[in-house]
Amino acid sequence: MRFGILDLRFAIDMKLKNLLFTLVVIAFAVVSAFSQNDGSEQNQNGRAGTFAIENARIVTVSGATIDNGTVLIQDGKIAAVGANVSVPSNAEKIDGKGLSVFPGMIDAGTNLGLSEIGLGVPGSVDVAETGDQNANAKAFKGINPHSTHINVTRVNGITTVMSYPAGGTIAGEAAVIDLSGATQAEMALVPEFGLVINFPRISTFGGFTPGFGRQTVEFSEAVKRRDKQLDELKQIFRDAENYARAKDADAKDNSLPYTPSSIRLEPLVPYIRGQKPVIFTADRERDIRGVVKFATEMKLKAIILGGQDAWKVADDLKKNNIPVIFTNIYNLPVQDDDPYDYLFEAPEKMQQAGVKFAISTGNDGPEIRDLPYHAGLAGAFGLPKEDALKSVTLYPAQILGIADKVGSIEAGKMANIVVADGDILEPRTNIKYLFIAGKLMPLTSRHTDLFNSFKDRK
Amino acid sequence: MKKITAYFVSLLLLAANLQFAAFGQANKELLIKNATVMTAVRGTLENTDILVRNGKIAKIGKNLSAGAGAEVIDATGKFVTPGIVDCHSHTMIDAINEGTLSVTSMTGTRDVLNPTDIAIYRALAGGVTSANILHGSANSIGGKNTVVKFKFGHPVEDFPIPDAPPGIKFAMGENPKGSNFSRPGVAPRYPRTRMGVIETQRDAFLRARDYKRAWDDYKAGKTKVPPRRDLELEPIVEILEGKRLVHAHSYRSDEMLNLLLLADEFGFKIATLQHGLEAYKIAPEIAKRGTGVSIFTDSWGYKLEAYDAIPYNAYLLWKAGVVVSINSDSDERMRRLNLDAAKVEKYGGVPEEEALKMITINPAKQLGIDKRTGSIEVGKDGDLLIWSAHPFSVYSRVERTIIEGETFFDRAKDIQKRADLAKEREELEKLDVNKPPAAGGTQPRVPSERRVEERDDAEFGDGGNQ
Repeated sequence: MRFGILDLRFAIDMKLKNLLFTLVVIAFAVVSAFSQNDGSEQNQNGRAGTFAIENARIVTVSGATIDNGTVLIQDGKIAAVGANVSVPSNAEKIDGKGLSVFPGMIDAGTNLGLSEIGLGVPGSVDVAETGDQNANAKAFKGINPHSTHINVTRVNGITTVMSYPAGGTIAGEAAVIDLSGATQAEMALVPEFGLVINFPRISTFGGFTPGFGRQTVEFSEAVKRRDKQLDELKQIFRDAENYARAKDADAKDNSLPYTPSSIRLEPLVPYIRGQKPVIFTADRERDIRGVVKFATEMKLKAIILGGQDAWKVADDLKKNNIPVIFTNIYNLPVQDDDPYDYLFEAPEKMQQAGVKFAISTGNDGPEIRDLPYHAGLAGAFGLPKEDALKSVTLYPAQILGIADKVGSIEAGKMANIVVADGDILEPRTNIKYLFIAGKLMPLTSRHTDLFNSFKDRK
Repeated sequence: MKKITAYFVSLLLLAANLQFAAFGQANKELLIKNATVMTAVRGTLENTDILVRNGKIAKIGKNLSAGAGAEVIDATGKFVTPGIVDCHSHTMIDAINEGTLSVTSMTGTRDVLNPTDIAIYRALAGGVTSANILHGSANSIGGKNTVVKFKFGHPVEDFPIPDAPPGIKFAMGENPKGSNFSRPGVAPRYPRTRMGVIETQRDAFLRARDYKRAWDDYKAGKTKVPPRRDLELEPIVEILEGKRLVHAHSYRSDEMLNLLLLADEFGFKIATLQHGLEAYKIAPEIAKRGTGVSIFTDSWGYKLEAYDAIPYNAYLLWKAGVVVSINSDSDERMRRLNLDAAKVEKYGGVPEEEALKMITINPAKQLGIDKRTGSIEVGKDGDLLIWSAHPFSVYSRVERTIIEGETFFDRAKDIQKRADLAKEREELEKLDVNKPPAAGGTQPRVPSERRVEERDDAEFGDGGNQ
């Protein structure tokens, strides 16, 4: 049994039992729950095996919900799912009565593993490389597989994230990782998924002055500055295209003068050839339209990251098949006269307009575990509940190109599975079992460790 | 989108205010019918009516009726809770930190309240009715607080709660040390260590004690010349006399304990440890002193002193008998404190009503306003929220926010007004003064101070780590 205490709230009725008795019950339950917690005995990266989750409600996401069925996990994969599944005799059975099975959630816009403590501990932060053009910076190489954020995130039901670098105009390559593994390679689903570009914005910020002051530049100057950045961006992509052609020619004909290798241009080649997606950070309508224009002109396969105003650009995005990783639903509306729920409604508006989107926290680590509540908030403001769930499971899987592996409960997919005692988007729901790539994960984290260290201090 | 000048933004806001005021007329009687009422202190009552008369809760029961002219709201299928009390906020102040000295007890947030801050309206839309408007945490001893109700659309004098006991901000750790920011061209300020922070505080109390003695001697006729008034020490004397509540920003358990010991030494009580991220490590010491703790439910890891924060903090403190509240410290987070309260059921197993208390009656107790607000009881202020669903469900929305019987947020009306506001905006944008610079308009004025982040750490505009 895991965390029996988390169930206790149902049993406690303050009106019927006196407080002292309740406290005794709780203290006893805490002690017993943790003394028999098998999680701590498990390897941090889980225990492989054949598992059958029986008698559970199965929210497949991709198909109909099965009210009472079995999910069979074997060799890291979902071997079978349905109302009638034959369970091999060696399977470890998990009684799913009263529980619901969901695919693990996916946050498609984080810096997980790249930042341990964002403020004041620069030694623990590897999010933003210095310089403007960092196409060769790879999140895959910077992610700390032992970051405490990984366990904290996954015990809330998030099993996969996209983690991206953020420094400069061309920020580097994002990685798609599972939240389990002792090395970067063990974690990686797609080590070099896409290239992140902080799309140049019109900014009137002109640097800091001594004290608290900021300087600004004229708006027209800011526009010129943005246009210049865009020209430079186009130029480097054209350089990469020429570089790739030269390298191809070299390979075919070694009598040609040798083209020296460029660590700056080499990583851009698959992008200028449309083989991999370019992830553009852009939130404002003007900037998103700019991205569409830029990507079309340069023939890039684009994804919008941010996308707060994306619903306003629905036609352009749909026409060009550009999906949106919508981040930071919790942000305050930018303008004072925006409706108070401007961002809460944005996913529903994208849905209505037919824009492909996923909901993401946009967080650098500590609060990625809040992902279900970001989606749930969209659910409170118009997005149908099933789409809210899809926006953190199947939709991000599709946008990240991994829907053949994760994002729903289907036979043949990786067993990234969450078993919970309710709707996983609800903050009061408790996660009971967690599987990543078919391994049963311990439901422990830095937080449960500290809790255990201090819970009995008198 | 065309830029609009700050001047016209303020006009728009004024227009918005007038509209809100128009539907926010105080009703002499307000009757909420057939709701699920979560009282916060006496359980949950099904199919229950609440009658508010002259701003106070007059009756709670079934089949209540109101006089002619009363507004009657059918809340069938809806939930009613007390208005949320946020024990740590910097909403509606035009300045947060007087950061020049480490002791700025002469300052106070009452002098910088901005009743037109749109964040107030957004907080109302998230169910917050009362808040502790605190000075920032850049100082070992910061400025005086103001406890307000968010009567958006009213003049600023209506905001402070008249009988709320006065308070003051203290701060420990990284912020008063100035660890995480530097101001170009400005030399670092003392103190730079936790050793220095506690001694800065002790020094202030020593000076305040002497100052009080000088006045006591004068009043007793022992001296002939009255001491010169000292605006820095007067509030600290009030702390010594038990007349002013100390709300102390603190993260690490050792720094919290140092402050509790300092309070012991000078014979006063710390009202609240604000944030108290590691309070769970010293729960018995805190409980023994009757000090409250006002926390984030689950924020952690955003700086080193937040690395040991755990979401079980509320549970462990509650279990030890500490009065716990959950605060926002943020214009943003303030809008979803109901979900922060919901999380403490998950992390440890705080019972539902105890969790609700953490955003209602408990912060009211910590602020000394629990006689008037924080629960649904006859005789208390009519500070009520109507929710579309259980307030701890992620799918719930605030439908209406009522303070002293007057509606300050009404979702249905908010939605109705949107078309009018959009039209008004469009008309304003056409005015010559609002033309974009390229079309001959003037350069938009950049607001002199615009906060982009909420936490105390971001008050210096460093924008966090990115």
